[in-house]
Amino acid sequence: MNEAAYTDSEMMIAVAARVLKGARTVFVGVGLPNIACNLARHTVAPDLELIYESGVYGARPERLPLSIGDPTLVSGATSVVSMADLFGLYLQRGLVEIALLGGAQIDRYGNLNTTVIGEYRKPKTRLPGSGGACEIAINAQRTFMIMRLKRRAFVDKLDFLTSPGHLTGGDSRARLGLPGGGPELVITDKAILNFANPQREMQLSELYPGVAVSDVQAEVGWPLRLAETIKETAAPTTEELHLIRDEVDPQGMYR
Amino acid sequence: MKRLANNDKLVSMQEAIANGVGDNCSVAIEGFTGFICFAAGHEIIRQRRRNLTLIRMTPDLIYDQMIAAGTASKLIFSYMGNPGVGSLYCIRRAVEKAIPCPLELEEYSHYGLVGRYAAGAARLPFFALRSYLGSDMLEANPLIKLIEDPYGTGKIAVVPPLNPDVAILHAQRADRKGNTQLWGLLGMQKEVAFASKHVIVVVEEVVEEATVRLDPNRTLIPGLIVNAVVHEPFGAHPSCIQGYYDRDNESYLAWDKLSQDHAAVLAWLDEWVYGLENRAAYVQKLKQGYFDKLKPEPLLAPPVDYGRYR
Repeated sequence: MNEAAYTDSEMMIAVAARVLKGARTVFVGVGLPNIACNLARHTVAPDLELIYESGVYGARPERLPLSIGDPTLVSGATSVVSMADLFGLYLQRGLVEIALLGGAQIDRYGNLNTTVIGEYRKPKTRLPGSGGACEIAINAQRTFMIMRLKRRAFVDKLDFLTSPGHLTGGDSRARLGLPGGGPELVITDKAILNFANPQREMQLSELYPGVAVSDVQAEVGWPLRLAETIKETAAPTTEELHLIRDEVDPQGMYR
Repeated sequence: MKRLANNDKLVSMQEAIANGVGDNCSVAIEGFTGFICFAAGHEIIRQRRRNLTLIRMTPDLIYDQMIAAGTASKLIFSYMGNPGVGSLYCIRRAVEKAIPCPLELEEYSHYGLVGRYAAGAARLPFFALRSYLGSDMLEANPLIKLIEDPYGTGKIAVVPPLNPDVAILHAQRADRKGNTQLWGLLGMQKEVAFASKHVIVVVEEVVEEATVRLDPNRTLIPGLIVNAVVHEPFGAHPSCIQGYYDRDNESYLAWDKLSQDHAAVLAWLDEWVYGLENRAAYVQKLKQGYFDKLKPEPLLAPPVDYGRYR
C-alpha cells in the first residue's frame, strides 16, 4: 500500500482503470474516463480498444485528447468510420463491451439526466442533452458510471430521464427489451456503488480509505442501501500514481 | 436549384451564401468537432439572415455566435455543449431568457439525428434505431416515435427523414465540379450532403479533377449533388481540419469566458464578423504566423495501388 498523498481524481482514475480489467472494447468520453482507459491499457487491459462516438475505433492518441473529436484520435487509429457506422455497426451490433457514462443527475436505478434541471419546456438550467448517451446506455453490454458524489447529483427523482439505466428496477429494463445489461457500477470520489441485488437498486459496496458510510449517505438524496459486506478500496499504488502522473496525464489536466 | 455554367461551381463565400441561404431557410453547417465552416456562419451573420432553422448535431461555437447575432428562431441538435470545455452560453441565454430572441429547440440523441440525415439522404420514410426506449426524450420530441416491428421483435424507435434546405460542408479538397474528398472524422458529412436540397462545399484546396480520380475511395461527396464550391483556406478555424490545422483550443476556452456576457459577444461580433469583409480579412487579422502553431507534423499514409486496367 502506498502512503503517498493522492487526489480524489487520482483515486477515481485508478479505480476506473482497475474495473476495466481484461476488457477488449470500451466506449470513452473525454476527461477523467479517457485517462482511466489509457491507464488501463498500461496495466490491467493491454488489449483494450478505445471507441469514440466521433467514429474512431482503436484510438492510440499521442496526447490527451481535448474532446472526443480531437484529431489526435484519428492518427494511428485502427479504423475511422462515419457516425452512422459507429452507432450502427459497432454500438448497436453489440461490440461495445463497457461504456463509461456520467451525468448531472443519477437516480437509485442508475438512470441518468443530462438534459435539463427544472421543467423541460421552461428549464432552470439547460444541459447539453443526450449526445450518444441514450443509445450507448441502451446498447452497451455493461455500463459504468463515473460521477462525483454530490447531493444535487444523486437525486431521489430525476428532472428528466435522458439515458435509461435499470428504469424502475427489477427486470423492468429487460422487459422493455433493451439489448444491453445496464448499469453495473458507479465510481465516485468517495466510494463504489453497484446494483448487485434483485431490485437493481444502487447500493454501497466499497468505501475509499478514510471515508465513512455517513459521508456517502450525506451526499445521496435517498436512504442508501448497503451491500451485505462493505470493503475498503485499495488506495492508488505507487505504480498507478507514477503512470497517471508521468505517462497518461503528465500535464495534470484532469487532476 | 441553381445550376452554374460549365460545371464550374467555384464561387466566393459571399456569392455562395447570397445564392444559397435565404431568410427562413433550414441550414445544416455540419462537421463533428472538426470541419466546422465558421467562415460560412460568419458570412450568414454578415448578410443578416433571419428566422433560420439551424441544424447541427453539436451546435458548437459557430451556432452560439449565429444565435447571439439573431439569425435563428429554431435549433435542431443532439448535443449542445462547447466540446471538452463547457456550456454554450449564447444558446442558453436564448433558451432560458429569450436573448436576443426566443429559440425553439428540437432535440435528438446523436444516433437519432444521424438517422434523420440517413433517411433524408436515401429518401426513406423513417430510420429505425435501438434508442429512446425508456427515455423521456420520446415525450420531449413527438417526432420520435415507437412502432411495432412488423417482423415481430417488439417495439422499435423511428425518426423521420430530415432534408435541410441547405448544407454547408467543409472538407480538405474538391475539384471545381464539387467532387469532394475528406479524410479524418467523417462524421455525418456524406449523409447530410445527400439529404440536403442545396449543397455548398468549402475546401482548403481546390484540386484538378485528375487528382480526385486518382483516389476515388476518398470522394465522399460527388459533384453531382453540389451546387457551389468555395475555396476558403482556414475557413474552419477555430475548429480543425485533419492534417491541415489543429483545433485552436485557446479560442474555445476564451469563448467560454467571453460568451457569458451578451454585450461582450456583440462587441466580439462587431470586431471579428461585421468589421471584416470576408475570411481572408479574418485570417489576416490574426497575427502573422498564427497558424504555424496549429499545423501538425506530417504523418503520411503510404500510397495505395488502384492498378491501371486497360
